[in-house]
Amino acid sequence: MEINDELITYLEDLSRLKLSEEEEEKAKVDLGKILNYIDKLNELDTTDVEAMSHPFAFTNNFRDDILTGSSDREIILANAPVKKDGCFKVPKTVE
Amino acid sequence: MDFSNKTALEIGQMIKNKEISSVEITKQMFENIKKTEKNINAYISVFEDVAVKEAEKVQAEIDKGEEISPLAGIPMAVKDNICTKGYNTTCGSKMLENFVPPYNATVVDKLKSAGAVILGKLNMDEFAMGGSTETSYFGTAKNPWDSERVTGGSSGGSAAAVAAEEAIYTLGSDTGGSIRQPCSFCGVSGIKPTYGSVSRYGLVAFASSLDQIGPVGRDIKDCATVLEIISGHDVKDSTSIKDSSFDFSKSFDGSVKGLKIGIPKNYFGEGLDSDVKDSVLKSAETLKSLGADIQEFEMPVVDYAIPAYYVVACAEASSNLSRYDGIKYGYRSDKGDGILDVFYNSRSEGFGMEVKRRIMLGSFVLSSGYYDAYYKKGLKVRGLIKNSFDEAFSKYDMILSPTAPTTAFKIGENTSDPLKMYLGDIYTVSVNLAGIPAVNIPCGFGKNGMPIGMQLIGKAFSEPVLVKAAYAFQLNTDFHLKKPEIVKGGLA
Repeated sequence: MEINDELITYLEDLSRLKLSEEEEEKAKVDLGKILNYIDKLNELDTTDVEAMSHPFAFTNNFRDDILTGSSDREIILANAPVKKDGCFKVPKTVE
Repeated sequence: MDFSNKTALEIGQMIKNKEISSVEITKQMFENIKKTEKNINAYISVFEDVAVKEAEKVQAEIDKGEEISPLAGIPMAVKDNICTKGYNTTCGSKMLENFVPPYNATVVDKLKSAGAVILGKLNMDEFAMGGSTETSYFGTAKNPWDSERVTGGSSGGSAAAVAAEEAIYTLGSDTGGSIRQPCSFCGVSGIKPTYGSVSRYGLVAFASSLDQIGPVGRDIKDCATVLEIISGHDVKDSTSIKDSSFDFSKSFDGSVKGLKIGIPKNYFGEGLDSDVKDSVLKSAETLKSLGADIQEFEMPVVDYAIPAYYVVACAEASSNLSRYDGIKYGYRSDKGDGILDVFYNSRSEGFGMEVKRRIMLGSFVLSSGYYDAYYKKGLKVRGLIKNSFDEAFSKYDMILSPTAPTTAFKIGENTSDPLKMYLGDIYTVSVNLAGIPAVNIPCGFGKNGMPIGMQLIGKAFSEPVLVKAAYAFQLNTDFHLKKPEIVKGGLA
Protein backbone atom coordinates (compact mmCIF):
# COMPACT_ATOMS: atom_id res chain seq x y z
CA MET A 1 0.00 0.00 0.00
CA GLU A 2 1.05 3.56 -0.57
CA ILE A 3 2.17 5.59 2.40
CA ASN A 4 1.35 9.27 1.85
CA ASP A 5 2.26 12.34 3.90
CA GLU A 6 -1.05 12.26 5.71
CA LEU A 7 -0.58 8.68 6.92
CA ILE A 8 3.00 9.34 8.04
CA THR A 9 1.83 12.33 10.08
CA TYR A 10 -0.98 10.23 11.56
CA LEU A 11 1.47 7.46 12.56
CA GLU A 12 3.85 10.02 14.06
CA ASP A 13 0.98 11.31 16.19
CA LEU A 14 -0.11 7.84 17.29
CA SER A 15 3.51 7.05 18.16
CA ARG A 16 4.26 10.39 19.82
CA LEU A 17 7.23 10.81 17.50
CA LYS A 18 8.33 13.65 15.26
CA LEU A 19 10.54 12.72 12.34
CA SER A 20 12.68 15.12 10.34
CA GLU A 21 11.62 15.70 6.73
CA GLU A 22 14.41 13.44 5.52
CA GLU A 23 13.37 10.69 7.97
CA GLU A 24 9.77 11.05 6.84
CA GLU A 25 10.71 10.50 3.21
CA LYS A 26 12.76 7.42 4.10
CA ALA A 27 9.97 6.12 6.38
CA LYS A 28 7.48 6.42 3.53
CA VAL A 29 9.61 4.18 1.33
CA ASP A 30 10.60 1.70 4.05
CA LEU A 31 7.17 1.31 5.65
CA GLY A 32 5.62 0.99 2.19
CA LYS A 33 8.00 -1.82 1.28
CA ILE A 34 7.49 -3.61 4.59
CA LEU A 35 3.69 -3.34 4.42
CA ASN A 36 3.69 -4.61 0.84
CA TYR A 37 5.62 -7.60 2.05
CA ILE A 38 3.22 -8.08 4.97
CA ASP A 39 0.34 -8.13 2.48
CA LYS A 40 1.65 -11.58 1.54
CA LEU A 41 -0.42 -12.79 4.53
CA ASN A 42 -3.54 -12.28 2.44
CA GLU A 43 -2.55 -15.27 0.30
CA LEU A 44 -3.59 -17.46 3.23
CA ASP A 45 -7.19 -18.33 3.96
CA THR A 46 -7.67 -17.82 7.69
CA THR A 47 -11.47 -17.79 7.80
CA ASP A 48 -11.86 -20.46 10.48
CA VAL A 49 -8.56 -19.91 12.28
CA GLU A 50 -8.58 -18.50 15.77
CA ALA A 51 -6.39 -15.45 16.40
CA MET A 52 -3.48 -16.49 18.61
CA SER A 53 -2.32 -13.64 20.80
CA HIS A 54 -0.21 -15.83 23.05
CA PRO A 55 1.79 -19.08 22.75
CA PHE A 56 -0.17 -20.83 25.48
CA ALA A 57 -3.77 -20.52 26.52
CA PHE A 58 -3.37 -18.60 29.75
CA THR A 59 -6.26 -17.81 31.99
CA ASN A 60 -5.88 -15.22 34.70
CA ASN A 61 -2.88 -16.02 36.81
CA PHE A 62 -3.86 -15.08 40.35
CA ARG A 63 -1.61 -15.12 43.38
CA ASP A 64 -2.61 -15.16 47.00
CA ASP A 65 -3.27 -11.71 48.38
CA ILE A 66 -0.24 -11.52 50.63
CA LEU A 67 1.09 -8.15 51.68
CA THR A 68 4.64 -7.56 50.45
CA GLY A 69 6.87 -4.52 50.62
CA SER A 70 6.84 -1.76 48.04
CA SER A 71 9.71 0.45 46.97
CA ASP A 72 10.59 3.63 48.81
CA ARG A 73 9.72 6.91 47.15
CA GLU A 74 13.39 7.80 46.84
CA ILE A 75 14.16 4.60 44.96
CA ILE A 76 11.25 5.16 42.59
CA LEU A 77 12.32 8.76 41.97
CA ALA A 78 16.02 8.00 41.61
CA ASN A 79 15.73 7.57 37.82
CA ALA A 80 13.38 10.50 37.23
CA PRO A 81 14.98 13.00 34.86
CA VAL A 82 13.29 15.94 36.61
CA LYS A 83 11.81 15.84 40.11
CA LYS A 84 10.71 18.27 42.78
CA ASP A 85 9.62 17.87 46.41
CA GLY A 86 9.42 14.09 46.18
CA CYS A 87 7.35 14.12 42.97
CA PHE A 88 7.91 13.71 39.24
CA LYS A 89 8.02 17.19 37.76
CA VAL A 90 6.09 17.77 34.53
CA PRO A 91 5.15 20.90 32.59
CA LYS A 92 1.74 22.39 33.22
CA THR A 93 -0.81 19.99 31.73
CA VAL A 94 -4.04 22.00 32.09
CA GLU A 95 -4.33 25.52 30.76
CA MET B 1 47.02 -21.67 32.75
CA ASP B 2 45.31 -22.31 29.45
CA PHE B 3 41.60 -22.84 29.72
CA SER B 4 40.78 -21.70 26.22
CA ASN B 5 39.41 -25.10 25.29
CA LYS B 6 37.75 -25.81 28.60
CA THR B 7 34.03 -25.51 29.08
CA ALA B 8 32.41 -23.63 31.95
CA LEU B 9 31.63 -26.96 33.61
CA GLU B 10 35.26 -28.09 33.33
CA ILE B 11 36.54 -24.79 34.69
CA GLY B 12 33.98 -25.04 37.52
CA GLN B 13 35.47 -28.42 38.40
CA MET B 14 39.02 -27.01 38.23
CA ILE B 15 37.98 -24.29 40.68
CA LYS B 16 36.62 -26.94 43.03
CA ASN B 17 39.84 -28.95 42.69
CA LYS B 18 41.84 -25.80 43.50
CA GLU B 19 43.71 -26.01 40.19
CA ILE B 20 42.65 -22.48 39.48
CA SER B 21 40.80 -19.81 41.46
CA SER B 22 37.74 -17.83 40.51
CA VAL B 23 39.79 -14.66 41.01
CA GLU B 24 42.48 -15.82 38.57
CA ILE B 25 40.04 -16.63 35.81
CA THR B 26 38.04 -13.46 36.43
CA LYS B 27 41.21 -11.36 36.13
CA GLN B 28 42.14 -13.27 32.99
CA MET B 29 38.77 -12.32 31.48
CA PHE B 30 39.47 -8.64 32.12
CA GLU B 31 42.89 -9.01 30.50
CA ASN B 32 41.20 -10.56 27.48
CA ILE B 33 38.66 -7.74 27.46
CA LYS B 34 41.43 -5.13 27.55
CA LYS B 35 43.23 -6.78 24.65
CA THR B 36 40.30 -7.42 22.35
CA GLU B 37 37.47 -5.04 23.24
CA LYS B 38 38.67 -2.24 20.98
CA ASN B 39 38.18 -4.58 18.02
CA ILE B 40 34.97 -6.24 19.23
CA ASN B 41 32.87 -3.82 21.31
CA ALA B 42 30.95 -6.68 22.92
CA TYR B 43 30.46 -4.77 26.17
CA ILE B 44 28.55 -1.62 27.02
CA SER B 45 29.87 -1.58 30.58
CA VAL B 46 32.32 -3.64 32.67
CA PHE B 47 32.51 -3.91 36.48
CA GLU B 48 36.14 -4.86 37.05
CA ASP B 49 36.59 -4.03 40.75
CA VAL B 50 33.20 -5.36 41.77
CA ALA B 51 33.65 -8.57 39.78
CA VAL B 52 37.04 -9.33 41.32
CA LYS B 53 35.60 -8.76 44.81
CA GLU B 54 32.66 -10.99 43.97
CA ALA B 55 35.07 -13.69 42.72
CA GLU B 56 36.97 -13.47 46.03
CA LYS B 57 33.72 -13.88 47.93
CA VAL B 58 32.55 -16.87 45.91
CA GLN B 59 36.02 -18.43 46.14
CA ALA B 60 35.94 -18.12 49.94
CA GLU B 61 32.60 -19.94 50.01
CA ILE B 62 33.93 -22.68 47.74
CA ASP B 63 37.03 -23.00 49.93
CA LYS B 64 34.76 -23.50 52.93
CA GLY B 65 33.37 -26.49 51.09
CA GLU B 66 29.99 -24.99 50.31
CA GLU B 67 28.17 -26.69 47.44
CA ILE B 68 26.93 -23.73 45.43
CA SER B 69 26.52 -24.90 41.82
CA PRO B 70 28.64 -26.50 39.07
CA LEU B 71 29.21 -22.99 37.70
CA ALA B 72 30.23 -21.33 40.97
CA GLY B 73 33.02 -18.82 40.50
CA ILE B 74 32.73 -18.70 36.70
CA PRO B 75 32.92 -15.20 35.17
CA MET B 76 30.02 -14.42 32.86
CA ALA B 77 28.19 -11.41 31.41
CA VAL B 78 24.62 -10.29 30.84
CA LYS B 79 22.88 -8.66 27.89
CA ASP B 80 22.16 -5.02 28.64
CA ASN B 81 18.38 -5.40 28.53
CA ILE B 82 18.41 -7.55 31.69
CA CYS B 83 18.17 -5.49 34.89
CA THR B 84 21.13 -5.42 37.25
CA LYS B 85 20.43 -3.60 40.52
CA GLY B 86 22.65 -0.56 40.89
CA TYR B 87 24.26 -0.98 37.45
CA ASN B 88 23.18 0.77 34.28
CA THR B 89 20.86 -1.21 32.03
CA THR B 90 20.79 0.73 28.78
CA CYS B 91 19.05 -1.60 26.32
CA GLY B 92 21.56 -0.26 23.79
CA SER B 93 19.60 3.00 23.71
CA LYS B 94 20.17 6.67 24.41
CA MET B 95 16.71 6.48 26.01
CA LEU B 96 18.03 4.36 28.89
CA GLU B 97 21.66 5.50 28.86
CA ASN B 98 21.49 6.57 32.52
CA PHE B 99 18.88 4.11 33.77
CA VAL B 100 19.96 2.34 36.97
CA PRO B 101 17.50 -0.44 37.85
CA PRO B 102 16.30 -0.52 41.48
CA TYR B 103 16.07 -4.34 41.31
CA ASN B 104 17.66 -7.41 39.76
CA ALA B 105 16.02 -9.48 37.07
CA THR B 106 15.02 -12.89 38.47
CA VAL B 107 17.63 -14.57 36.25
CA VAL B 108 20.35 -12.33 37.71
CA ASP B 109 19.33 -13.20 41.28
CA LYS B 110 19.31 -16.89 40.37
CA LEU B 111 22.76 -16.71 38.78
CA LYS B 112 24.20 -14.80 41.72
CA SER B 113 22.86 -17.48 44.08
CA ALA B 114 24.59 -20.03 41.86
CA GLY B 115 27.91 -18.23 42.34
CA ALA B 116 28.12 -16.44 39.00
CA VAL B 117 30.64 -13.59 38.75
CA ILE B 118 29.17 -10.87 36.55
CA LEU B 119 31.82 -9.10 34.46
CA GLY B 120 29.61 -6.51 32.79
CA LYS B 121 26.73 -5.74 30.46
CA LEU B 122 26.70 -6.72 26.81
CA ASN B 123 26.13 -4.78 23.62
CA MET B 124 22.92 -5.28 21.64
CA ASP B 125 20.68 -3.79 19.00
CA GLU B 126 18.68 -0.92 20.47
CA PHE B 127 15.78 -2.40 22.46
CA ALA B 128 16.74 -5.77 20.91
CA MET B 129 15.41 -4.59 17.54
CA GLY B 130 17.77 -5.76 14.87
CA GLY B 131 19.80 -8.64 13.57
CA SER B 132 23.29 -7.18 13.52
CA THR B 133 23.97 -5.11 16.68
CA GLU B 134 24.43 -2.14 14.33
CA THR B 135 21.49 -0.23 15.83
CA SER B 136 23.18 0.00 19.26
CA TYR B 137 23.57 3.58 20.52
CA PHE B 138 26.94 2.46 21.89
CA GLY B 139 28.46 1.49 18.56
CA THR B 140 28.43 -1.61 16.37
CA ALA B 141 29.71 -4.87 17.84
CA LYS B 142 32.22 -6.63 15.60
CA ASN B 143 32.54 -10.29 14.79
CA PRO B 144 35.55 -11.94 16.48
CA TRP B 145 36.12 -14.02 13.33
CA ASP B 146 36.35 -10.93 11.10
CA SER B 147 36.04 -7.46 12.54
CA GLU B 148 34.66 -6.13 9.24
CA ARG B 149 31.60 -8.31 9.73
CA VAL B 150 28.62 -8.09 12.06
CA THR B 151 28.12 -10.27 15.13
CA GLY B 152 24.48 -10.77 14.28
CA GLY B 153 21.89 -9.65 16.75
CA SER B 154 20.24 -8.57 18.71
CA SER B 155 22.36 -10.43 21.32
CA GLY B 156 25.52 -9.69 19.33
CA GLY B 157 27.55 -8.81 22.42
CA SER B 158 26.46 -12.03 24.14
CA ALA B 159 27.69 -14.22 21.27
CA ALA B 160 30.83 -12.17 20.49
CA ALA B 161 31.97 -12.12 24.14
CA VAL B 162 31.89 -15.92 24.30
CA ALA B 163 33.63 -16.32 20.92
CA ALA B 164 36.32 -13.75 21.83
CA GLU B 165 36.79 -15.31 25.30
CA GLU B 166 35.70 -12.12 27.03
CA ALA B 167 33.30 -14.21 29.15
CA ILE B 168 32.94 -17.95 29.71
CA TYR B 169 29.20 -17.84 29.16
CA THR B 170 26.58 -15.11 28.77
CA LEU B 171 22.87 -14.43 28.83
CA GLY B 172 21.03 -13.16 25.79
CA SER B 173 17.37 -12.69 24.93
CA ASP B 174 15.51 -14.03 21.91
CA THR B 175 12.36 -12.42 20.48
CA GLY B 176 12.75 -13.56 16.86
CA GLY B 177 16.14 -15.24 16.72
CA SER B 178 18.20 -12.81 18.79
CA ILE B 179 20.12 -15.57 20.60
CA ARG B 180 20.34 -18.17 17.83
CA GLN B 181 21.36 -15.97 14.87
CA PRO B 182 24.33 -14.21 16.58
CA CYS B 183 25.43 -17.60 17.97
CA SER B 184 25.37 -18.89 14.40
CA PHE B 185 27.35 -15.87 13.14
CA CYS B 186 29.96 -16.11 15.93
CA GLY B 187 30.32 -19.91 16.09
CA VAL B 188 28.99 -20.52 19.60
CA SER B 189 26.12 -22.48 21.15
CA GLY B 190 22.86 -21.04 22.45
CA ILE B 191 19.37 -21.95 23.55
CA LYS B 192 16.08 -20.12 23.03
CA PRO B 193 13.98 -21.78 25.74
CA THR B 194 10.25 -22.58 25.70
CA TYR B 195 8.13 -19.46 26.30
CA GLY B 196 7.30 -19.18 29.98
CA SER B 197 10.13 -21.42 31.21
CA VAL B 198 12.50 -18.58 32.14
CA SER B 199 11.16 -15.60 34.08
CA ARG B 200 10.97 -12.34 32.14
CA TYR B 201 10.88 -10.30 35.35
CA GLY B 202 13.53 -7.62 34.87
CA LEU B 203 13.90 -8.15 31.12
CA VAL B 204 13.14 -4.84 29.41
CA ALA B 205 10.07 -5.68 27.33
CA PHE B 206 10.19 -5.63 23.51
CA ALA B 207 7.40 -8.05 22.45
CA SER B 208 6.04 -9.68 25.58
CA SER B 209 4.44 -12.74 23.97
CA LEU B 210 7.69 -13.59 22.15
CA ASP B 211 10.59 -12.54 24.44
CA GLN B 212 12.61 -15.19 26.29
CA ILE B 213 15.97 -15.04 28.07
CA GLY B 214 18.43 -17.82 27.28
CA PRO B 215 22.08 -18.90 27.61
CA VAL B 216 25.03 -18.60 25.22
CA GLY B 217 28.07 -20.80 25.84
CA ARG B 218 31.10 -22.68 24.59
CA ASP B 219 29.09 -25.86 24.13
CA ILE B 220 25.55 -27.10 24.54
CA LYS B 221 26.21 -28.75 27.91
CA ASP B 222 27.25 -25.40 29.39
CA CYS B 223 24.09 -23.83 27.97
CA ALA B 224 21.91 -26.58 29.46
CA THR B 225 23.57 -26.12 32.85
CA VAL B 226 22.87 -22.37 32.78
CA LEU B 227 19.28 -23.00 31.65
CA GLU B 228 18.79 -25.38 34.56
CA ILE B 229 19.82 -22.56 36.90
CA ILE B 230 17.76 -19.72 35.38
CA SER B 231 14.53 -21.61 34.55
CA GLY B 232 11.57 -22.27 36.81
CA HIS B 233 8.33 -20.67 37.90
CA ASP B 234 8.41 -17.08 39.13
CA VAL B 235 5.43 -15.36 40.76
CA LYS B 236 6.79 -12.04 39.50
CA ASP B 237 6.12 -13.04 35.86
CA SER B 238 2.45 -13.78 35.24
CA THR B 239 3.31 -15.68 32.04
CA SER B 240 5.76 -17.93 33.87
CA ILE B 241 4.68 -21.57 33.72
CA LYS B 242 4.40 -23.69 36.85
CA ASP B 243 6.72 -26.71 37.06
CA SER B 244 8.90 -25.30 34.32
CA SER B 245 12.26 -26.53 35.66
CA PHE B 246 14.35 -28.72 33.40
CA ASP B 247 16.03 -32.05 34.07
CA PHE B 248 18.96 -32.64 31.73
CA SER B 249 20.26 -35.72 33.57
CA LYS B 250 19.35 -37.98 30.63
CA SER B 251 20.65 -35.60 27.95
CA PHE B 252 24.32 -36.51 27.97
CA ASP B 253 24.49 -40.16 26.92
CA GLY B 254 25.85 -39.10 23.53
CA SER B 255 23.23 -41.02 21.60
CA VAL B 256 20.73 -39.99 18.95
CA LYS B 257 19.68 -43.56 18.16
CA GLY B 258 16.04 -43.74 17.19
CA LEU B 259 15.46 -39.97 17.33
CA LYS B 260 13.18 -38.88 14.50
CA ILE B 261 14.45 -35.68 12.94
CA GLY B 262 12.40 -33.89 10.29
CA ILE B 263 13.96 -31.62 7.67
CA PRO B 264 11.51 -29.11 6.16
CA LYS B 265 12.32 -29.07 2.45
CA ASN B 266 11.11 -25.52 1.91
CA TYR B 267 13.72 -24.25 4.43
CA PHE B 268 16.37 -25.14 1.89
CA GLY B 269 15.09 -23.20 -1.10
CA GLU B 270 15.67 -19.75 -2.54
CA GLY B 271 17.69 -17.25 -0.50
CA LEU B 272 19.80 -19.83 1.31
CA ASP B 273 23.57 -19.59 0.74
CA SER B 274 24.90 -22.76 -0.85
CA ASP B 275 27.69 -23.25 1.71
CA VAL B 276 25.20 -22.89 4.59
CA LYS B 277 22.92 -25.40 2.86
CA ASP B 278 25.77 -27.86 2.31
CA SER B 279 26.98 -27.64 5.92
CA VAL B 280 23.53 -28.16 7.40
CA LEU B 281 22.72 -31.10 5.11
CA LYS B 282 26.12 -32.62 5.87
CA SER B 283 25.33 -32.30 9.57
CA ALA B 284 22.07 -34.15 8.96
CA GLU B 285 24.18 -36.93 7.44
CA THR B 286 26.37 -36.93 10.55
CA LEU B 287 23.32 -37.31 12.79
CA LYS B 288 22.06 -40.07 10.49
CA SER B 289 25.36 -41.92 10.74
CA LEU B 290 25.00 -41.72 14.53
CA GLY B 291 21.66 -43.48 14.35
CA ALA B 292 19.07 -40.72 13.94
CA ASP B 293 16.15 -41.28 11.62
CA ILE B 294 16.20 -38.32 9.21
CA GLN B 295 13.17 -37.58 7.05
CA GLU B 296 12.23 -34.73 4.73
CA PHE B 297 8.82 -33.10 4.88
CA GLU B 298 6.98 -29.96 3.75
CA MET B 299 6.11 -27.03 6.01
CA PRO B 300 4.90 -24.34 3.60
CA VAL B 301 3.18 -22.03 6.10
CA VAL B 302 6.54 -21.07 7.55
CA ASP B 303 7.04 -18.90 4.44
CA TYR B 304 4.55 -16.54 6.09
CA ALA B 305 6.38 -16.38 9.41
CA ILE B 306 8.31 -13.16 8.73
CA PRO B 307 5.29 -10.99 7.85
CA ALA B 308 3.27 -12.48 10.75
CA TYR B 309 6.20 -11.92 13.10
CA TYR B 310 6.73 -8.26 12.17
CA VAL B 311 3.01 -7.56 12.64
CA VAL B 312 2.90 -9.16 16.10
CA ALA B 313 6.32 -8.01 17.33
CA CYS B 314 5.90 -4.39 16.21
CA ALA B 315 2.36 -4.18 17.62
CA GLU B 316 3.57 -5.35 21.01
CA ALA B 317 6.65 -3.12 20.81
CA SER B 318 4.62 0.01 20.04
CA SER B 319 2.53 -0.71 23.12
CA ASN B 320 5.47 -1.65 25.40
CA LEU B 321 7.59 1.33 24.37
CA SER B 322 4.81 3.82 25.04
CA ARG B 323 6.09 3.87 28.64
CA TYR B 324 9.09 5.97 27.57
CA ASP B 325 7.59 9.41 28.06
CA GLY B 326 10.51 11.33 29.51
CA ILE B 327 8.90 11.60 32.93
CA LYS B 328 9.33 8.57 35.19
CA TYR B 329 12.71 7.39 33.94
CA GLY B 330 14.80 7.50 30.81
CA TYR B 331 15.85 10.36 28.55
CA ARG B 332 14.07 13.70 28.79
CA SER B 333 14.48 16.41 26.20
CA ASP B 334 14.78 19.95 27.48
CA LYS B 335 13.29 21.38 24.28
CA GLY B 336 9.78 22.81 24.15
CA ASP B 337 7.58 23.68 27.08
CA GLY B 338 4.27 21.78 27.08
CA ILE B 339 3.64 18.23 28.23
CA LEU B 340 3.25 17.05 24.61
CA ASP B 341 6.63 18.59 23.79
CA VAL B 342 8.13 16.45 26.54
CA PHE B 343 6.60 13.30 25.03
CA TYR B 344 7.41 14.06 21.39
CA ASN B 345 10.89 15.48 21.88
CA SER B 346 12.07 12.94 24.47
CA ARG B 347 10.97 10.03 22.31
CA SER B 348 12.20 11.52 19.03
CA GLU B 349 15.63 12.34 20.48
CA GLY B 350 15.89 9.23 22.68
CA PHE B 351 15.04 6.48 20.17
CA GLY B 352 17.05 5.47 17.11
CA MET B 353 15.53 5.08 13.64
CA GLU B 354 14.92 1.31 13.73
CA VAL B 355 13.01 1.60 17.00
CA LYS B 356 10.96 4.50 15.60
CA ARG B 357 10.19 2.51 12.46
CA ARG B 358 8.91 -0.45 14.48
CA ILE B 359 6.83 1.72 16.81
CA MET B 360 5.22 3.37 13.79
CA LEU B 361 4.64 0.03 12.07
CA GLY B 362 3.09 -1.29 15.28
CA SER B 363 0.91 1.81 15.63
CA PHE B 364 -0.23 1.26 12.04
CA VAL B 365 -1.26 -2.40 12.41
CA LEU B 366 -3.13 -1.61 15.63
CA SER B 367 -4.83 1.52 14.33
CA SER B 368 -8.53 1.81 13.71
CA GLY B 369 -9.33 0.65 10.18
CA TYR B 370 -6.24 -1.53 9.81
CA TYR B 371 -6.49 -3.63 12.97
CA ASP B 372 -8.44 -6.54 11.42
CA ALA B 373 -6.60 -6.54 8.11
CA TYR B 374 -3.15 -6.55 9.70
CA TYR B 375 -2.97 -7.29 13.42
CA LYS B 376 -5.76 -9.83 13.59
CA LYS B 377 -4.62 -11.43 10.35
CA GLY B 378 -1.10 -11.73 11.79
CA LEU B 379 -2.46 -13.44 14.90
CA LYS B 380 -4.44 -15.88 12.78
CA VAL B 381 -1.39 -16.76 10.72
CA ARG B 382 0.46 -17.21 14.01
CA GLY B 383 -2.20 -19.80 14.85
CA LEU B 384 -1.61 -21.56 11.52
CA ILE B 385 2.14 -21.65 12.17
CA LYS B 386 1.60 -23.12 15.64
CA ASN B 387 -0.72 -25.78 14.15
CA SER B 388 1.83 -26.72 11.53
CA PHE B 389 4.54 -27.18 14.20
CA ASP B 390 2.10 -29.31 16.27
CA GLU B 391 1.53 -31.47 13.22
CA ALA B 392 5.26 -31.81 12.56
CA PHE B 393 5.95 -32.82 16.17
CA SER B 394 3.30 -35.51 15.99
CA LYS B 395 5.70 -37.19 13.53
CA TYR B 396 9.16 -36.00 14.54
CA ASP B 397 11.07 -35.50 17.80
CA MET B 398 12.67 -32.39 16.38
CA ILE B 399 13.21 -30.31 13.26
CA LEU B 400 16.65 -29.58 11.82
CA SER B 401 17.20 -26.39 9.81
CA PRO B 402 19.75 -23.66 9.14
CA THR B 403 19.72 -20.93 11.80
CA ALA B 404 20.33 -18.11 9.32
CA PRO B 405 20.34 -18.08 5.51
CA THR B 406 23.85 -16.62 5.36
CA THR B 407 27.04 -16.34 7.36
CA ALA B 408 27.83 -13.01 9.06
CA PHE B 409 27.53 -10.19 6.53
CA LYS B 410 29.73 -7.10 6.23
CA ILE B 411 29.05 -4.18 8.56
CA GLY B 412 26.85 -1.65 6.77
CA GLU B 413 25.82 -4.09 4.04
CA ASN B 414 22.14 -4.30 5.03
CA THR B 415 21.57 -1.12 7.02
CA SER B 416 19.98 0.90 4.23
CA ASP B 417 17.26 -1.68 3.54
CA PRO B 418 15.30 -2.75 6.64
CA LEU B 419 13.22 -5.31 4.75
CA LYS B 420 16.36 -7.08 3.56
CA MET B 421 17.55 -7.22 7.17
CA TYR B 422 14.18 -8.67 8.27
CA LEU B 423 14.38 -11.45 5.65
CA GLY B 424 17.45 -12.81 7.47
CA ASP B 425 15.10 -13.90 10.27
CA ILE B 426 13.34 -16.46 8.06
CA TYR B 427 14.34 -19.61 9.99
CA THR B 428 14.08 -18.25 13.51
CA VAL B 429 10.93 -16.13 13.96
CA SER B 430 8.39 -18.96 13.59
CA VAL B 431 9.84 -20.58 16.73
CA ASN B 432 9.01 -17.48 18.82
CA LEU B 433 5.53 -17.21 17.31
CA ALA B 434 4.85 -20.81 18.38
CA GLY B 435 6.50 -20.35 21.81
CA ILE B 436 8.66 -23.45 21.34
CA PRO B 437 12.37 -24.05 22.08
CA ALA B 438 15.31 -24.19 19.66
CA VAL B 439 19.07 -24.41 19.93
CA ASN B 440 21.89 -23.19 17.71
CA ILE B 441 25.10 -25.18 17.45
CA PRO B 442 28.08 -24.59 15.14
CA CYS B 443 28.09 -26.99 12.17
CA GLY B 444 30.65 -25.71 9.68
CA PHE B 445 32.40 -22.78 8.05
CA GLY B 446 31.59 -20.84 4.91
CA LYS B 447 33.96 -20.19 2.00
CA ASN B 448 34.65 -16.83 3.66
CA GLY B 449 35.88 -18.60 6.81
CA MET B 450 32.87 -17.51 8.86
CA PRO B 451 31.03 -19.92 11.17
CA ILE B 452 27.77 -21.60 10.15
CA GLY B 453 25.14 -22.68 12.65
CA MET B 454 22.33 -25.17 12.57
CA GLN B 455 19.09 -25.04 14.46
CA LEU B 456 17.25 -27.85 16.23
CA ILE B 457 13.62 -27.03 17.00
CA GLY B 458 11.39 -29.04 19.35
CA LYS B 459 7.96 -28.96 20.90
CA ALA B 460 7.33 -27.03 24.13
CA PHE B 461 9.56 -28.22 27.00
CA SER B 462 11.53 -30.63 24.81
CA GLU B 463 14.84 -28.88 25.67
CA PRO B 464 16.30 -32.09 27.19
CA VAL B 465 15.84 -33.93 23.87
CA LEU B 466 17.21 -31.02 21.80
CA VAL B 467 20.24 -30.84 24.11
CA LYS B 468 20.69 -34.61 23.86
CA ALA B 469 20.92 -34.45 20.06
CA ALA B 470 23.12 -31.33 20.10
CA TYR B 471 25.44 -32.91 22.65
CA ALA B 472 25.80 -36.09 20.59
CA PHE B 473 26.61 -33.93 17.55
CA GLN B 474 29.25 -31.95 19.45
CA LEU B 475 30.81 -35.16 20.82
CA ASN B 476 31.39 -36.27 17.24
CA THR B 477 32.38 -32.95 15.64
CA ASP B 478 34.82 -30.16 16.48
CA PHE B 479 33.19 -27.07 14.93
CA HIS B 480 32.40 -25.70 18.40
CA LEU B 481 36.04 -26.03 19.44
CA LYS B 482 37.46 -23.87 16.63
CA LYS B 483 38.78 -20.49 17.70
CA PRO B 484 39.00 -17.21 15.83
CA GLU B 485 42.50 -15.77 15.25
CA ILE B 486 41.84 -12.98 17.72
CA VAL B 487 41.96 -15.38 20.69
CA LYS B 488 45.03 -17.22 19.43
CA GLY B 489 48.45 -16.14 20.50
CA GLY B 490 48.37 -15.37 24.18
CA LEU B 491 44.76 -15.24 25.20
CA ALA B 492 43.49 -17.85 27.54
